[in-house]
Amino acid sequence: MLDAIGPAGQERIARASVLIVGLGGLGAPVATYLTGAGAGRIGLADADTVSESNLQRQTLYTEAQIGRPKTEAARERLAAMSSHTVFDLYPEGLTPGNADALVSRYDLVVDCCDNFPTRFLIDDCCARAGVPWIHGAIGEFAGQVSVFNLSRGVRYSDLYPDREAMCALPRVTAGVIGPVPGVIGAIQASEALKILAGFGSPFEGRLFHIDLLSLQTSTITF
Amino acid sequence: MTVEINHRVITVNEGCTTLAQLLADEGFTGVGQAVAVDNTVVTKAQWESFAIADGMKITVIRAVCGG
Repeated sequence: MLDAIGPAGQERIARASVLIVGLGGLGAPVATYLTGAGAGRIGLADADTVSESNLQRQTLYTEAQIGRPKTEAARERLAAMSSHTVFDLYPEGLTPGNADALVSRYDLVVDCCDNFPTRFLIDDCCARAGVPWIHGAIGEFAGQVSVFNLSRGVRYSDLYPDREAMCALPRVTAGVIGPVPGVIGAIQASEALKILAGFGSPFEGRLFHIDLLSLQTSTITF
Repeated sequence: MTVEINHRVITVNEGCTTLAQLLADEGFTGVGQAVAVDNTVVTKAQWESFAIADGMKITVIRAVCGG
């Protein structure tokens, strides 16, 4: 066990609850590492079913699970990893109708969704409930990470104020190479463990961006 | 005057003095884009009045929505 975490930190992780919104490319590594770390309760929210085109990056799933709800398929894999973690399934996904209730049941939310309206919904609900959240997003060869609504209450909408225009943008269909969500999701999982166990410096008030084409990174503060 | 924008050095157009003008000249729409000067975010409300200077390092990060 790492000194920075110790038995007390591990105990905090074991008592912690985390809501993962989206069980795609980002949700797969986030759920895997949090289950592996011994998180006490994990909420899995996604309305989608497994499809063949997911398998290039969504490492929780197998060909045999194509067509099944991602929440069930993910639990199957995660529960086989560890009997310690309790999984709450939300096969309806995070919606304007259930978001406030769902978010308020957890210590932390991890944003692994695939659209702007849901990100702004997370931003709103976490602000109302006083719950911190870890933002991750990917596109093509690049990805970004930040932590919102922790000690300073900084919000996604502070960084990106064009809510209406962003939500009206056409859905991007270009896709992403498989390792991008692996990189970004692993960083999100690391931030989650830091916040839950209380070690390191959570990445609040900063935005990290990495482009895997060049391996150039940027960190900007706000 | 030259500035660095997303790791690329460019010569600023004659008459371009503000961050808003520079972003427009470089083809950035400004929608869903976080802009930092020397690694500190300049909020969108400040772009029109923010004076650019020689050697500034500008970072534009576009919000992406994939997951």
